[in-house]
Amino acid sequence: MPHQHRQNWVRASSPPWRGLFWYITMSTQPATAANPAGAIGHVLEFEKPLAKMEQEIQRLETLQAESGRDYSEVITTIREQLQNALRQSYANLTAVETVAVARHPRRPLVRDYIRLIAEDFCELHGDKLYGDDHAVVCGFARLAGHRVMLIGHQKGREWREKIEVNFGCAHPDGYRKALEKMKLAAKFNVPVVCLVDTPGAYPGVEAEERGIARAIAINLMEMSRLATPVVAVVVGEGGSGGALGLAVADQVAVLEHAYYSVISPEGCAGILWKSGEYAAQAAEALRLTAADLKRLDLIDAIIPEPLGAAHRNPEETAQNLATWIGKTLRDLRRLKPESLLRRRYDRWRKIGSFFVEGGKSEPGRTDTKPAKRARRPTKAAAVQPEA
Amino acid sequence: MPESISQPRRNVDVPEGLWIRCTQCSAMIYRRILEEELHVCPECGCHYRVDVRTRINQLNDPGTFEEFLPNLESSDPLEFSDRITYRERLAKVKAETGETEAMVVGKGFIKGRPLIMGVMNPFFIMGSMGAVVGEKVSAAAERAASESLPLLMVTCSGGARMMEGMVSLTQMAKTSAAVGRFDQAGGLYIVVMTDPTTAGVAASFAFLGDVILAEPGALIGFAGPRVIANTIKTTLPEGFQKAEFMLEHGFVDRIVHRRDLRSEIARIIDYCNK
Ligand SMILES: [Zn+2]
Repeated sequence: MPHQHRQNWVRASSPPWRGLFWYITMSTQPATAANPAGAIGHVLEFEKPLAKMEQEIQRLETLQAESGRDYSEVITTIREQLQNALRQSYANLTAVETVAVARHPRRPLVRDYIRLIAEDFCELHGDKLYGDDHAVVCGFARLAGHRVMLIGHQKGREWREKIEVNFGCAHPDGYRKALEKMKLAAKFNVPVVCLVDTPGAYPGVEAEERGIARAIAINLMEMSRLATPVVAVVVGEGGSGGALGLAVADQVAVLEHAYYSVISPEGCAGILWKSGEYAAQAAEALRLTAADLKRLDLIDAIIPEPLGAAHRNPEETAQNLATWIGKTLRDLRRLKPESLLRRRYDRWRKIGSFFVEGGKSEPGRTDTKPAKRARRPTKAAAVQPEA
Repeated sequence: MPESISQPRRNVDVPEGLWIRCTQCSAMIYRRILEEELHVCPECGCHYRVDVRTRINQLNDPGTFEEFLPNLESSDPLEFSDRITYRERLAKVKAETGETEAMVVGKGFIKGRPLIMGVMNPFFIMGSMGAVVGEKVSAAAERAASESLPLLMVTCSGGARMMEGMVSLTQMAKTSAAVGRFDQAGGLYIVVMTDPTTAGVAASFAFLGDVILAEPGALIGFAGPRVIANTIKTTLPEGFQKAEFMLEHGFVDRIVHRRDLRSEIARIIDYCNK
């Protein structure tokens, strides 16, 4: 039972991390949402039958090897069933299921992508002001035929690493470190690649004391005028300002099953529904999936994930990522510096212009509405009563 | 939007009636005196939140303010609905405040000095930033650049407006880019942070001022205090995230009493030769 798990972890950890853990599960909001029932769990309910099939295939394969008997026909049948089930499940993910997939414990993390697609990674530490925030990874790399400055949030895989990288929640030092490396890249005309994967910037006393708001604001401004191509991809969680602080780019993509949101569904539910129980409704209402964001013209591209999402095939996901980055950087490098910066400014200046003048429609953009999604009952979260 | 900050119905955040009890020091204040004191308690100095029109009148030379983009309204791009629809929420708050959005921008004069200014309204969905606020801030920065005038932002906001989802988050980048371009053009950008200036507004155009002033006691920060208390599971230090705390930690240039704002802004404009 996932809740049991969480509570054990909470008890086992030292006091400062105890609260942090709640932050991770409950994300950015608040006392009223401190009900674990509303949290979007790590065990994906809709994946349980799929996992059963995968186990069965494995069991039969082992049996076949040990006994010498031929089970290949059965295995093939189950495999086909599995493929169909995967196709069906992943073609119709609800918003809250997408969030759960994006937070999947086996989903590739930024350091996995570095290992899989970056050659000769030369890590560069420190913000040269205060410290070295491990939640943000920076370094030179060769990627898809380009020399780049690779920057990303690292969420951590094992418990020890999670603590070391603060669950991917950066302090001001992380954003200043990233900007320091971006400026280095710009000086030598090296393009910047940002991989976003964070529940949000760290909400703590020290983060406030060291000016987290200012650090993010400065990144937004400086990235909007950084004199080198910048691309950003949300690879897992795109958590609010902490994500945007590394995502002001010429081109922004989101992996197919990643999400990008102004607030965590749990936090939003806690504020607007007064209970974290409504996380599934909030996730739906926030339009946080890649498909919704593309429809709203807030992102430029959706990078496909293999059947059954990135955690089933990290290599293929990484290749898709590399392909998009390679192609996008090639296009951006053709632009003259002035036109690169002019286009970037225009991209952000026009973004999300969903307003009307005294009841009249603005020409062009205001008609873009997210299509009504087919709503099927949510399996990943507890069933909620109607509001 | 921090939940801890409630949304008063009236346009000035003090109780109604001829006499008013200060919510901070409990002193009884005659309403007319409070207005003369610019809605600052004469006994304890508590700076009350004021609505956008009151603030504009307090700051500008009488009759000089000219609003632009007055009629922009959200087109509800997400067709958002929680317990009520966003459209209903907007209609309700419009009726309550008589405003169409959480920010007013325009050209004004402070002690004879022309400038472009934006003022946020704490009583319009917590002064939260959606597409309209983002557009107004950006347009104001561009206007200030084209007219070579200083830009003033009086901030007061709970952050990004979650009913506009990612549309509101992207406004952080949009406004920061616009302010960045104004900065490159050599413009002077003054920010006055008032209670509260938090989250997505703090982490974008508010903290990008060349000079950052703050009213005494204003809540200034990124994460809401309750979120942080919930995260670290201990009580927060005294005065945490107040203007004085931000001054102490080096993120605010000056704390200015409301009655001195006009002269302080004029002084900075003069020093910067703008
Ligand atoms: Zn008082």
